[in-house]
Amino acid sequence: MKNDFLISVRNLKKYFDAESRLFRRTELFVHAVDGVSFDIEEGSSLGLVGESGCGKTTTGRIIVKLEKPTAGKIFLKRENVTDIDRAKQFAYHKKVQMIFQDPYEALNPRMTIFDIVAEPLNIHGIGDREDREERVAKTLHEVGMSPAEAFLFRYPHELSGGQRQRVAIARALILDPIFVVADEPTSMLDVSVRTGVMELMMELQRSYKMSYLYITHDLAVARYMCDRIAVMYLGKIVEVGDTEEVLANALHPYTQALLSAVAVPDPEVKRAEPRIKGGIGRPVNPPPECRFLQRCPKAVDYCKKNPHPPLVEMSTGHVVACYVTVEKK
Amino acid sequence: MPVLAVKDLKMYYRTKRGYVHAVDGISFDVDQGESLGIVGESGCGKTSISMTILRLLPENAEFRGGQVFFYDSKDPADLVTLSETAMQRYRWKGISMVFQSAMNSLNPVYRVGDQIVEAINRHYPEITNSDARRKVEELFDLVGLDTKRINQYPHQYSGGMKQRAVIAMALACDPKLIIADEPTTALDVIVQDKILREVKRIQSKLNMSMIYISHDVAVIAEVSDRIAVMYAGRFVELADSATVFKRPMHPYTNALMRAFPSIIGEKKRLFTIPGEPPDLLNPPRGCRFAPRCPFAGNFCRQNDPSYEEVEDGHFLACFHPVTRNAYVQEIAGDEK
Ligand SMILES: Nc1ncnc2c1ncn2[C@@H]1O[C@H](COP(=O)(O)OP(=O)(O)OP(=O)(O)O)[C@@H](O)[C@H]1O
Ligand SMILES: Nc1ncnc2c1ncn2[C@@H]1O[C@H](COP(=O)(O)OP(=O)(O)OP(=O)(O)O)[C@@H](O)[C@H]1O
Ligand SMILES: [Mg+2]
Ligand SMILES: [Mg+2]
Repeated sequence: MKNDFLISVRNLKKYFDAESRLFRRTELFVHAVDGVSFDIEEGSSLGLVGESGCGKTTTGRIIVKLEKPTAGKIFLKRENVTDIDRAKQFAYHKKVQMIFQDPYEALNPRMTIFDIVAEPLNIHGIGDREDREERVAKTLHEVGMSPAEAFLFRYPHELSGGQRQRVAIARALILDPIFVVADEPTSMLDVSVRTGVMELMMELQRSYKMSYLYITHDLAVARYMCDRIAVMYLGKIVEVGDTEEVLANALHPYTQALLSAVAVPDPEVKRAEPRIKGGIGRPVNPPPECRFLQRCPKAVDYCKKNPHPPLVEMSTGHVVACYVTVEKK
Repeated sequence: MPVLAVKDLKMYYRTKRGYVHAVDGISFDVDQGESLGIVGESGCGKTSISMTILRLLPENAEFRGGQVFFYDSKDPADLVTLSETAMQRYRWKGISMVFQSAMNSLNPVYRVGDQIVEAINRHYPEITNSDARRKVEELFDLVGLDTKRINQYPHQYSGGMKQRAVIAMALACDPKLIIADEPTTALDVIVQDKILREVKRIQSKLNMSMIYISHDVAVIAEVSDRIAVMYAGRFVELADSATVFKRPMHPYTNALMRAFPSIIGEKKRLFTIPGEPPDLLNPPRGCRFAPRCPFAGNFCRQNDPSYEEVEDGHFLACFHPVTRNAYVQEIAGDEK
């Protein structure tokens, strides 16, 4: 039986002012997120991959409600939570957490590890001092920082990069969230600590039936962490499918290029050159056609004359937004 | 034919809390036309090696011994014994470098083209300005930059373009050896792939030697002929790439290679290296990897393994090398 959806987003949009004085009057907008829809099942993880600046972090921030969408809807267990009152928002923040991209910025340097991890408990008025101490110690232990007493009264700069990342995870987990947006949680880490943090997150997911939106630009990491993968290009989702299916049978030309560009840790493998044109575009008032058009090796006339293609299901659960690919089937 | 031979190089940083043993007895050589990769965790001393070779060290660095032979046309010169003026002749022209913070190594107030022309003028005063300009155009073509951008300033470049400009600059004086320190770490995979391909093409065209430094095992696998694995200020293993990947002998190399996720092949369980990298202020006694090594015994914690050639071209510093048999058993154990 399929699990129910925990988080669904429909047609999310976020436009930022392209803050250039020169263009102020012409109303230029960065279409950071431009009509994003997806579902995440209970207890599963969706990987959001794509190049720098394509809108991954912005999507995550909208879902945890740190950013107001320009348009679109967010559902938690099928309940529309897009415009909820403050009390409900407060309750929402208890259940939905974010692990931020940079553990060096995410932790307040003037707070002790105890204060950092306990802060969400304070905000939500949970437990007395003794309960909080117990819970902080238990959570630190869960993220592999034991004995907790050795860390409680240290400051972030007295920890290694891997330990800081674990503190950021502990802080996100202390309220027992049901959904966590993890924004590149391992990209700053060394290989030797990275595997440990990845294992830890999978372990926590299994024991608490948590769901993740796992943001990364590293497809190899996504392969280990995610049940499904969504590929994003300049504000649009261009392909979604089960992880192994997307890796083995990528449909969108961008996904194909992305996969063939990943370096492979095997000196005997000779990769073919990725098929992609030009440099990276910036999504400032983008033209209506397919976002990938300028860089696409497969584009035909039809692509130039029609709006950005819709997502079409090609096999069970595997969707793609590409006229050429859909036509072929 | 080597272009560079480094012998027992040592360099420590002086700090309030003591000495950081960043480069602690490193030996290797690089052949003409060869790419040597250096991999290792953050802080193990990779950048410090190249800064010691090029003698671009900060105030608090103390050179503690060793030799760096650079093989120019005739006799090799030991770079550590040269005067600063003599050393300057070797930088850029003999050995050039793509710095780790490449994005920041362009001067923001000068046009990119002018910066490269200046580098050429400094080393080849006989080259006229217009010839230098022509050379810059060639270099832009070579690294895949639009020559229209020669007169632009660095801030008008994207990250990937800046990276290419820095590579063009490293190539400007026809060096025999380029040291590239994490040249693509900050970039997108697609841009990274493009740049690495270009550099490889240029390298084989000009028969240049390269030292690639990275903590990304996959990138090192793709660009290097031979690979050195560094741990806590020392090399623990060095061999041709296939050997390092397919049958490493050092337990650290073995763990490192298997800790790396890959998008190809079967999805294997990732290996976790227990513990934390050592503190280079107080490196542990004996083998520096011993505290995290599954095979280490008391002997390893008391004694320093020497770095020796254990089979043709395969260097190792370990008392308990991982043998073929151990692998087979371990893999069989994993599958059960
Ligand atoms: N507050 C803001 N104001 C203006 N533009 C913004 C703002 N935040 C993000 N953007 C722009 O929106 C786009 C998407 O940014 P976002 O941070 O979501 O990208 P990302 O996919 O997370 O990239 P990365 O992989 O580099 O973290 C970028 O073009 C960015 O410059
Ligand atoms: N100027 C300095 N003074 C004191 N210690 C330093 C200095 N520069 C570097 N170190 C220390 O020396 C060690 C080696 O640093 P180095 O920059 O060579 O490492 P690396 O292997 O290049 O790491 P990364 O992969 O993070 O670039 C580290 O422990 C670092 O903290
Ligand atoms: Mg981001
Ligand atoms: Mg470095």
